[in-house]
Amino acid sequence: MHIVYPVVVSALLFSIGVYGVLARRNTILVLMSVELMLNAVNLNLIAFDVWLGDRLHGGQVLTLFVIVIAAAELGLGLAIVLAVFRNRRTVDLDSLRDLAEPGPDCDAAGPDRGVAGPAPAPGPRRGTGQEGAAT
Amino acid sequence: MMVMVACAVLLPFLGAVGGLLGPRAVRFAARRAAWRAVRFAAWFAVVPTAVAAILAGVAAVRVLRGGTGGTAVAGTLTVVETGSLPVAVGLEVTRLSALTGVLVTVVALAVQVYSVGYMRDDRRYPSYSAFISLFTSAMLLVVYAADLIVLYVGWEIMGLCSYLLIGHWWEDRANSRAAVKAFLVTRLGDVGFLFGIFVLAVGAGSFRIDDVVTKYPAMSTTVLTVGTLLLLVGVAGKSAQAPLHTWLPDAMAGPTPISALIHAATMVAAGIFIVARLFPLFLAAPTTLAVLAIMAALGMLGAALAALAQDDLKRVLAYSTISQLAFMAGALAARDDDAAIFHLFTHGAFKALLFLCAGLIIHRAATNLMSGMGGLRRAMPITFATTTIGFAALMGLPPASGFFSKDAALAAMGAAPGAAPGTAPGAVPSAVPSAVPGAVGWILYGTALATVAVTGAYATRAWLRTFFGEPRAQTGDHAREGPASMLWPVILLAVPALLLGFAVPAAPHWGTAALSVALALLGAGAVYATWRGAPDADPARLLGPLRRACEQAFYVDTAYNALFVRPVRWLAHAVVRADDTVVDGAVRGSGRTARGLSGVLRLAQNGNAQIYVSGLVAGLLIIVVGAVVLG
Amino acid sequence: MSEAPSYLSPTGHEIVFLLLGVVVVGTGLLVVTTRQVVHAALWLVVCLGALAGCYLVLTAEFVAWVQVLIYVGAVVVLLLFGIMLTRAPIGRSPDLDSRNRPVAAVVALATAAVLVTVVVDGFRHAYVDLSPGKGTAEEVGVAVFRYWVLPFEALSVLLLAALVGAIVISRTDIRGR
Repeated sequence: MHIVYPVVVSALLFSIGVYGVLARRNTILVLMSVELMLNAVNLNLIAFDVWLGDRLHGGQVLTLFVIVIAAAELGLGLAIVLAVFRNRRTVDLDSLRDLAEPGPDCDAAGPDRGVAGPAPAPGPRRGTGQEGAAT
Repeated sequence: MMVMVACAVLLPFLGAVGGLLGPRAVRFAARRAAWRAVRFAAWFAVVPTAVAAILAGVAAVRVLRGGTGGTAVAGTLTVVETGSLPVAVGLEVTRLSALTGVLVTVVALAVQVYSVGYMRDDRRYPSYSAFISLFTSAMLLVVYAADLIVLYVGWEIMGLCSYLLIGHWWEDRANSRAAVKAFLVTRLGDVGFLFGIFVLAVGAGSFRIDDVVTKYPAMSTTVLTVGTLLLLVGVAGKSAQAPLHTWLPDAMAGPTPISALIHAATMVAAGIFIVARLFPLFLAAPTTLAVLAIMAALGMLGAALAALAQDDLKRVLAYSTISQLAFMAGALAARDDDAAIFHLFTHGAFKALLFLCAGLIIHRAATNLMSGMGGLRRAMPITFATTTIGFAALMGLPPASGFFSKDAALAAMGAAPGAAPGTAPGAVPSAVPSAVPGAVGWILYGTALATVAVTGAYATRAWLRTFFGEPRAQTGDHAREGPASMLWPVILLAVPALLLGFAVPAAPHWGTAALSVALALLGAGAVYATWRGAPDADPARLLGPLRRACEQAFYVDTAYNALFVRPVRWLAHAVVRADDTVVDGAVRGSGRTARGLSGVLRLAQNGNAQIYVSGLVAGLLIIVVGAVVLG
Repeated sequence: MSEAPSYLSPTGHEIVFLLLGVVVVGTGLLVVTTRQVVHAALWLVVCLGALAGCYLVLTAEFVAWVQVLIYVGAVVVLLLFGIMLTRAPIGRSPDLDSRNRPVAAVVALATAAVLVTVVVDGFRHAYVDLSPGKGTAEEVGVAVFRYWVLPFEALSVLLLAALVGAIVISRTDIRGR
């Protein structure tokens, strides 16, 4: 069997996963895409394990490990998603923007605000109303 | 001998240091502290100058007795190796410098004593007197220097002191402007002077004045002409000659004793002195002499006419100084350095006398303007007498000193046009064409004669306007003689001003003497007649339509203003603006640009994790592609 | 490997694998493009099942069964629970794709292009003769417990930590001090 086949399938699957991670809005769908990427890696591992005929079966064992890690990751990820959902009532990625410098008012404040100046105290976050339910 | 001269140079310098530091170092009781400080400083000012005067006098007597001219005593302290031409730090006493030294110290002494009274109420008297001492020291250094660089050092210190003293009352904006103007204009000349020194020294292979003076036959005509012309620029700056004379009338903003010291007797004399000191070089450069002659002709008549129209007594004297200095320059151009130096001496004496008298008058009349004086003859008899002597000398009336010296200068100028090459006084090597070109010589002579007449006119005018007629406005009441410390120097200076002419044994040339006296009396008579007609009116109306131009000194200042000052100002403003908009703008602009660009970058920092990851993956891809392609 | 058979005469294995691969890629695309959240999870089941088939073809039978058990069984069920717990809309929802989609498409296409190019370029001549028995439970078990015991144990600790973490995060009655 040509190794190219599984490897190309794996590459395509990985790219599909990348697309899903970057393009999907629902966090759970993003998690699914991550699973796709992990499985692409698994396919790679299996294919090369078979090709190289590894006596230790490193590829297959590693695949098992990846599956375990993926399960653990998914469990944690879902827990986080649920926590976010409880706090924000949403799991849409593009409405979760606490990474940004607070607020567009910062841009409007004009050039007097130092470029490297300290960020002002964070304003009220989105979904503060649900803060009481935070962990 | 050399020790004596060195002491004469150093003593005023030490006096200056002591005068500057002493009053601060000594703590006076709070009561009358200022007056004590002044007295303290006065000792520091007068005593060293007096000692220096005595030393200079002794040195002069010894030199004059030691030989009949030309003998020089020189001493070198050390020789500074510069890599090319060594600079010899040394002094030298020639006949010329010994005499000039006496003139300088005597006038300085008179001024110091006079200043004690004149500046009695001035808070800054200590620094003032210290600057005078420093100035005296610098001038003596110029006079006694054996090396052109040493001379230049003194020359520059003089410029500095002149600036400091003119701006003594710097609280008044006009005064500090006058000081800056004097500084800048003389500095302009100094640049030429310095380069002249370089050209001549390189040509001669030495900075020593002796070497330069003796080695000139080895130099090419071009080097000589260029070098002396450059020197002439410096001379014009320092001696207030035609193109660079504008600072002198403005320099009258300083205290009157300063005008007497700097702008009559000493500093302006430095230019003439230098020409006389290096006279063989000038003799060998006929082009320079012709230029000098034209400068002198322009200066003497123009300044005399300007003096005729001025209302400010000190400005009259200032223009008169320019005119008389041009007279000396004319004598030099006519190859008679003896006549020039003679006139320098008598002029130093009588002009210092006139300035000090003017100081007395101004001190009492509380105004500089002659339209505010008049009728002071009765109130100030001593001043009247001394001033009369001074004016008589200025006009060249016998038996005052000015008569003899002016006569000698006139005779030299009269002889110049006709003099055949090689026969002129000064024994020029025959290889060099010598005489001032005929036409220039005639112009010079004619202008000099005209100047004599105008001098008589303006001297008479000032004399009449100040002392005769009805006392005008608020001056009559309290006008009386000044304090003794001011009167004594004046009286002492009146003696040489009157009698210095007899010190030189040469007989006057009777023909030119009669001519000049007649011309001076003619000018005086015209003014007198006008004045008799209307004692209250200004005799300057004699000038008619020219009067306005004369009052403005032929608009030279205006022209300079338009030609140099305003473009320079404009340029300065442009520079400021360029600095503000271009240089600072670049800095500010880079800041603004960085801020703007960061704003663009910030657009990406919108908190959307997907965009971050997109960028991350894209960057990773680029790295991978790079690794694959390049690796 | 110079004696590798031509690509133009595929073996039965290859045909089966290619068919499964098409299913995998196709259902994967459906997962990331479908308009319905639940459908995405179900397409994911198909995709992962097809992948298990791929593993089988590649003689990794134990991994294939684990894949079916854990992924198709547990993970997808977990995902479905997540979907339900976050009250995701059942049925078509138009806004499942964020505005980042064009960028994502470009980046993904570029990734695919680069990866496929590199991979094809690197493994054009790689060929393996498939012989069954290499991936049985026995073989893999021996490998795990003989050679990979330490990572295995470490992994069990990781799993425990993830378990504890998930519980701490998702429970509301545990608060930070």
